[in-house]
Amino acid sequence: MIEINYLWPLAGGLLIGISAGLYLLLNGRIAGISGLAAAAAGLTHDGISKLGLGFLAGIIAGAWLASHLIRQPHITITSSPALLIVAGLIVGYGTRLGSGCTSGHGVCGLARLSPRSIAATAIFMAIAAVTVFVTRHLLGVQS
Amino acid sequence: MTARIAASIICGLIFGTGLVISDMINPARVLAFLDVAGNWDPSLAFVMGGALIPSAVAYIIRGRHSAPLLDSRFFVPANASIDWKLVTGAALFGLGWGLVGFCPGPAVAALSTGRWEAALFVAAMLVGMSAYRFSLGRRLPNYNFR
Repeated sequence: MIEINYLWPLAGGLLIGISAGLYLLLNGRIAGISGLAAAAAGLTHDGISKLGLGFLAGIIAGAWLASHLIRQPHITITSSPALLIVAGLIVGYGTRLGSGCTSGHGVCGLARLSPRSIAATAIFMAIAAVTVFVTRHLLGVQS
Repeated sequence: MTARIAASIICGLIFGTGLVISDMINPARVLAFLDVAGNWDPSLAFVMGGALIPSAVAYIIRGRHSAPLLDSRFFVPANASIDWKLVTGAALFGLGWGLVGFCPGPAVAALSTGRWEAALFVAAMLVGMSAYRFSLGRRLPNYNFR
């Protein structure tokens, strides 16, 4: 059982939105983590991106600091190594093919009412929910 | 360039903090949101709602300026066509996300905890991104930035 509290997710969400908003107004770019990760790894057409590397390093450092100073996360991962690899491959390929993930399409795209992002968000939310329904309730896998 | 990199790091710090505070760093929490037929946890909806407010304000402010503070122009795609790549890519992403509860941001943030599962997922994700880059992504993207 996971305790449900609305202030933590709301506060965390506000911070994520502030980050995305600042990134737009300062650097003029979309704070989409799949795109930034690909850019940081040199997997776009512009070589290794220092902005991508900086953003990713910031995420890791920020998460570390918040974990130690604000709220200790209790991370539960029950997926097998094989499933983690398969899911990682699909997420990596899919986010590049679809030009974004939860942050780029979800947070940034919905905020600017982009038709592509609205479609993408509806699709990945629905498919993810169906996937969880199939694995948990039809196949009985507790992941 | 230094200022832009500093801005990236600061935005990343805020983003990572948000992922921990909202507990989106925890795949079990994300899966509990996606599990609409089970013991549904609405947290992610509050995260999304909370994130959309400042993000939308920023996009409104953006409309009044021709360039961001630290660069010469905005790099926001103006493409509006919903094509097969977008639909297939979003569907694949949803499948992978639903399988383990990790999407790119939280997976990167979880690297800070030293959990090997996060490292394995991120490594596989980068391989998946490479597979795209060196197959369909070979051609230069024809984004028309506004």
